[in-house]
Amino acid sequence: MKSIKLVCAGFGGQGVLSMGQMVALMAMKKGFNTSWMPSYGPEMRGGTANCQVVIDDAEIASPIIAEGITLLLAMNQMALTKFQPKLEKGAWLIVNEALVNTDEVPSDVHVLKVDFNKIASEIGNPKVQNMAALGSIAAQLDIFDKQDGIEIIEEKFGMKNPELTKLNQKAFEVAYDHH
Amino acid sequence: MGKVLMKGNEAIAQAAISAGCEGFFGYPITPQNEVPEYMSKYLAKSGGVFVQAESEIAAINMVYGAAAAGARVMTSSSSPGIALKQEGISYCAGAQLPIVIVSVSRGGPGLGSILPSQGDYNQATRGGGNGDYRVIVLAPNGVQEATDMVRHAFRLADTYRIPVMVMADGIIGQMMEPVEIDTTPIPKAANLWAATGKGNRDHLNVVNSMHLDSVELEDHNILLNNKYLEIVKNEVEYEKFLSDDADVLIVAYGTPSRIVKSAIKTLREEGIKAGLFRPKTLVPYPYDALHEASKNVKFVLCAELSMGQMLVDVKLAVNGIVPVHFYGRTGGIIFEPSEIVNAVKSHLGGK
Amino acid sequence: MTVIFKKTKGLTDKPLTYCPGCTHGIIHRLVAEVLEELNVLDRSILIASVGCSVMSYDFFNCDSIQAAHGRAPAVATGVKRVRPDSIVFTYQGDGDLASIGTGEIVQAAHRGENITVIFVNNAIYGMTGGQMAPTTLPGQITTTSPYGRDVKTQGEPIKVSELMATIPGTYYVERVMTADPVSVRKAKTAIKKAFQNQVDGKGFSMVEVLSSCNIGWGLNPVDSLKYIKEDMASYFPLGVYKDKGKI
Repeated sequence: MKSIKLVCAGFGGQGVLSMGQMVALMAMKKGFNTSWMPSYGPEMRGGTANCQVVIDDAEIASPIIAEGITLLLAMNQMALTKFQPKLEKGAWLIVNEALVNTDEVPSDVHVLKVDFNKIASEIGNPKVQNMAALGSIAAQLDIFDKQDGIEIIEEKFGMKNPELTKLNQKAFEVAYDHH
Repeated sequence: MGKVLMKGNEAIAQAAISAGCEGFFGYPITPQNEVPEYMSKYLAKSGGVFVQAESEIAAINMVYGAAAAGARVMTSSSSPGIALKQEGISYCAGAQLPIVIVSVSRGGPGLGSILPSQGDYNQATRGGGNGDYRVIVLAPNGVQEATDMVRHAFRLADTYRIPVMVMADGIIGQMMEPVEIDTTPIPKAANLWAATGKGNRDHLNVVNSMHLDSVELEDHNILLNNKYLEIVKNEVEYEKFLSDDADVLIVAYGTPSRIVKSAIKTLREEGIKAGLFRPKTLVPYPYDALHEASKNVKFVLCAELSMGQMLVDVKLAVNGIVPVHFYGRTGGIIFEPSEIVNAVKSHLGGK
Repeated sequence: MTVIFKKTKGLTDKPLTYCPGCTHGIIHRLVAEVLEELNVLDRSILIASVGCSVMSYDFFNCDSIQAAHGRAPAVATGVKRVRPDSIVFTYQGDGDLASIGTGEIVQAAHRGENITVIFVNNAIYGMTGGQMAPTTLPGQITTTSPYGRDVKTQGEPIKVSELMATIPGTYYVERVMTADPVSVRKAKTAIKKAFQNQVDGKGFSMVEVLSSCNIGWGLNPVDSLKYIKEDMASYFPLGVYKDKGKI
């Protein structure tokens, strides 16, 4: 397979790091090699955050995605500005429609706009935004199906908070189907 | 136990616990904080001792004390913290204490940055402590190998009564990868020399690095060196990747070696026969194996996240039989595969 | 023949290496007697420090670990934590404890480590040739204060017992001296208490012993004992600075 190079980026607090971890976890459960690498810096709330997830059936050559991003999730404008130059031709870009303007995106990039804010507010909890984003990512990647996401959310939150688990799964499904 | 997705630092800590670590003494410093955090949460539950020391200096001296009292112990830190530990490492080496030090290195000098770097190759392999001593240095290339090497480090420390450093870069510390941590118990040496309290013993045990008599100290230095020669004979480890038919040999260690691997794949696709030589033990360094591997190549390229520290050892190994070139990035910038590809091509002279 | 006095089992047969007139030997004996009397010699671990007492591991009849300069309390912490049943004590001078090792001693006390610290204060770096210590008295001549300690530029002597008593984690702090038979007996009582506290699991105990360095001070042994009693003890008052058992 062609190696999947996913970058998830947004504001700190939007949950992009834990969401990226869940993608890696799903890939691992499917038997793929994977790596998750966060941006890290001096501890500061509210700054920008991003993580890089590589998925491959061969050994992961580099956990650092220096070039050739195949899938970018941009939860805010800064995220798009930062990583757009590293998108490979024919890459997919998923943006949070509520916050991101894609006018400058080159035409050789496929753009999927989803209003994660709206999905979350309709479900009634802004916290589920990142699981909606997970839904869009899972829908975009052939290696995953809907059930993988439902299960990983159950595994991650099921024990701790059954109520939130249901909402997260709903957000995931809405975004997955939106595709 | 199947694979789990774990952050390198946490996996390192769990590997140490599974290796039977009885005490951890550390101090906060980025990017290794998850090691003490994990230890504080889980080590006591498996019967071990966790102490957050007041400084790296105190931490290494707690390690010194606990190891001298016969316990299997470790500490972890990052570059400036490892600098502070050098005094204690020298004492541990002098007193022949089996200890494990994990170094999750970052940028320098001084406060530098908290981003990944290999600028501490000299710090790890040459050390900053005083005196004629060596520590074994292992350099993993990912989370799985980091956990295997931590376990191996405890084994080596026990076997040779020597400090062993696992030098992981900040990437390994911070990234998550699927990992399966070996949980096979590692038998602990009897440590009959340890200061445990005299009890029924017919003699006193003294753990000491001082030998004021010149003949006695020379004997001690010879003993330490003989031990090192034994380690050179038995413990050198390295990986070769597509190096047997290579025209170009790239030498890299740690996570950057994986970036080099992807560069090598690209080069091969373009018809350039490149191969990788990766030292897994930085001390003892695989001088002989690297010398062999470089015999039939046009040149050797040493690629590091530094201004050229391992380069000295590569040159010592190659010993002038072919040219040795260098490519490095620093400051937390990690070279991209294309940079390595271009470096190789430029030295091939466009052929 | 009746034995009326014999050497304690707490000391080995190695001849002490201290200068004639120095009171380290007396303090060694007191500590050794206490270890014997408390019947803890076989489970005691000495953390030797750097200074004149650097070779104390040769003299105490128990297992020992030699520590780097100032680090003995950290080493003791490592030992005590992995061997809580051991009796762990440091034997440190004023250069070691009150200068290079202030961080380690303060923090070990702050954590309330259940160890015993014997702090021998002779107001000078003896081993290295009589240099100024943090505890050197105002005006005192040493090899690095040849015109006498000038408190304006070299600071006033640090009062370690007073300092340590302010740390919430300390259990017991007392300052004693070895200047005459009466004060030596009192010193032993304090040292015994400091070890008994550890046996009882009470916590961090320190005894500061004002001691002599007749060579470094340039005095004869008799005058140096007088110097302890009159000069040192007036700047460093004797007494119990902290005893959580008596609150």
